Amino acid sequence: MTIAPLKGIRVLDLSNGVGGAYCGKLLACYGATVTRIEASSGSALRREGPFRDDRPDPNTSALQLYLDTSKRAMTLNLEHPDGQRLLRQLVTTVDVLVEDAGQQRMTELGLDYSRIAAIAPDLIYVSVTPFGNDGPYATYQATELTLYALGGYMALTGDPDREPLQGPGAQPSYLAGVYAFVGVMAALWARADGHGGQFLDISAFEAIAASHQWTISRYSYSGMVQRRIGNRYDSGHPITIYPTADGYISIGISTDEQAQRFFVLINRPDLGEDPRFATNLARLEHADELDAIISPWFAVRTSAEVVALCQEMRVPCARVATIADLLADPHLQQRGFWQEIAHPYAGRLLYPGLPFHLPAADGSIQRAPLLSEHSVETLEEAGEAHTDLGRLRALGGI
Amino acid sequence: MQTALQGIRILDLTRVWSGPLAVRILTDLGAEAIRIESRGQRGPAAVPDWQVKRSGFYPNNERGERGWNRNAFINEMNRNKLGITLELNRPEGVEIFRQLVAISDVVIENYSPRVLNNLGIDYGHLRAVRPDIILVSMPGYGLSGPYRDRVAYGTTLEPEAGLSYLMGYPDRGPQRLGVAYPDPVAGIHAAGAVLLALWHRRRTGEGQHVELAQIESAVAMIGEFVLAYQLTGTLPPRLGNRHPWMAPHGCYPCRGEDRWITIAVRSNNEWQALCGVLGQPWLNTDKRFATPLARWYHQDELDAIIAAWTRERDAFDVMDELQQVGVPAGVVCDGRDLATNPHLVARGFFPRLEHPDAGTHFYPGLPIHLSRTPASYRADAPALGQHNRFVLAELLGLTGARIDALASAGIIGDRPLA
Repeated sequence: MTIAPLKGIRVLDLSNGVGGAYCGKLLACYGATVTRIEASSGSALRREGPFRDDRPDPNTSALQLYLDTSKRAMTLNLEHPDGQRLLRQLVTTVDVLVEDAGQQRMTELGLDYSRIAAIAPDLIYVSVTPFGNDGPYATYQATELTLYALGGYMALTGDPDREPLQGPGAQPSYLAGVYAFVGVMAALWARADGHGGQFLDISAFEAIAASHQWTISRYSYSGMVQRRIGNRYDSGHPITIYPTADGYISIGISTDEQAQRFFVLINRPDLGEDPRFATNLARLEHADELDAIISPWFAVRTSAEVVALCQEMRVPCARVATIADLLADPHLQQRGFWQEIAHPYAGRLLYPGLPFHLPAADGSIQRAPLLSEHSVETLEEAGEAHTDLGRLRALGGI
Repeated sequence: MQTALQGIRILDLTRVWSGPLAVRILTDLGAEAIRIESRGQRGPAAVPDWQVKRSGFYPNNERGERGWNRNAFINEMNRNKLGITLELNRPEGVEIFRQLVAISDVVIENYSPRVLNNLGIDYGHLRAVRPDIILVSMPGYGLSGPYRDRVAYGTTLEPEAGLSYLMGYPDRGPQRLGVAYPDPVAGIHAAGAVLLALWHRRRTGEGQHVELAQIESAVAMIGEFVLAYQLTGTLPPRLGNRHPWMAPHGCYPCRGEDRWITIAVRSNNEWQALCGVLGQPWLNTDKRFATPLARWYHQDELDAIIAAWTRERDAFDVMDELQQVGVPAGVVCDGRDLATNPHLVARGFFPRLEHPDAGTHFYPGLPIHLSRTPASYRADAPALGQHNRFVLAELLGLTGARIDALASAGIIGDRPLA
């Protein structure tokens, strides 16, 4: 058994949203002791669901079960002076704090960076918000939809002659969460080099803006404004999705050699001689004509058949997977990506494994904590006597 | 100004987007990176004019004298890095590479799995040169498993990782995002993986071979859907721009060509605020819209009412009005909107860098703001082979004569092969 790389690092995770929580999840999975600080009714993650059997329960929300793996959980009423006092006590015992309410709100609670740094100067204090803590949009409200829009992803997604589309789930917040994780690791390194603690500001808007492929560089260099082209791709064709007899496949023919092999596969080697289809950009320009010719080939075959035939010819092609397909995927299964984990209320479920592997220093996925599961022990560790806990509970501090 | 990762040296063997982005993030945080390119990597020396114009990647659509150094995408991904060329399919190239490994902390690559082995620079070989070297590999499917040797592109990995099935028009099939999304997902995770491995080495002295399978880091970004499916037994329907419980929640046309505003209402308070801005007080009391559930069921009617209002208005004005009363609203921004966005500009998100061949341009910065060790944008991307002499002479101590010989033998150079 190897020791996880972040063993001994302690984190307080105050998140109510995906971004901060995903940062905390990565820290926890790779060995840090991450303690959720939640309101007494639980974080917003516990209210989001979907729930086991579609019955709302703070301990069976899919979002919380996923994002809080390997973490501990306690409740604190941060609007109450006792809750604030306890948090100020806890911050002196940890290395990292993650919040996503924003510094304006944290200032109202007396828990903003400058106040916390005064008592915990080595603390790495991370704020993960939609727009950051300064700038013209600092007080703007956001959801994933509006961030997909502002961040430029929507303008690139969907058909040119219809409304643009949002992406799946909460990608803007997830991107912020991974960047926050990178930031924490960099700040830990800097602290170990003697630079002390510091404040980190990560925003979902910037995280998406930094995750563009060609959009910004094209505009910066030539003024070109990239437009959406449905499921097509701007560097060649076919790089898109086709219906099959039993679902959909995605094909990524990105070189003329791959195209030639594909034309041979579908018994149309003559297409390779046709100037309309001889190069990446020619194929893209004549995509409608090419689709008319090749779509039927996909439509009469199953996805499995199409993928097998294409892979045999070294033509990049993969099934468009449903969630059910993912769980049954032989590659992910054989790699041990799915981890079966038991949870007292959610039961035994398959969880996604680690996003990357450090063989010399294993991370691990443990179940998410129940609401308030570690309140007592965390406070005891922080020095609150048992009798005080009863009083605190009565006063609403916890 | 002190940076967070000062003193760390990375050898960058990566290609295209995911790998170069991982290294760019680390150099923004202060690490030094030596980008190692083959002279065939940037394409041919003379890209035809029509292709230059079509790509939009060249300053003012002009190829210029050294077009391979004027490519916007390459330059955006590789700022701050030192750039050398090495032909790793030649023994002399591998020998130089080994000497660089001896003085570096990390090697990072996103080749398909067999390549390093074939070149004789797999982890075992690297460790022989430097026992505590950290190698980070980020292949599409990972280094093991039945799909290991498949050709992997972000554009096919995204649907294969389940993301495309979760989006699209309700009356149509799965939809891809307009970028090869698994690439930046893998890149950002990989930057974190590098730092974790460095942290472990700092504590224990041990290097290791880190593996990131791009399909797995992509699935990590939709993990809650995997659990939801098991908890409820159902797959989510394709919702377009709608939401499982929020309403109104959608994308509405505004004045002008291809102009849209997104609006999302999370609560009765936000609904009341929206009604105030729409200026139709009867909406407040209409039973069809009185509760979140009622609004959700009557979305079609709601959307029609809202679209009728937004259609007459400028998208940015609508966003402004709605945000002033606390309603989430976001203009659908294109590349120009994004690049000139007042919030991003005010936050210093677009550093301007000068490139010897490409000129001065702005680029997206680092989304991590650190108060004490801020991001550092030191230099634009290297021209091909720009730092050959510097790296070989100053870092490896090779003589001028030796370097000239390497150049004559074609091991290093500053022009594309063709």
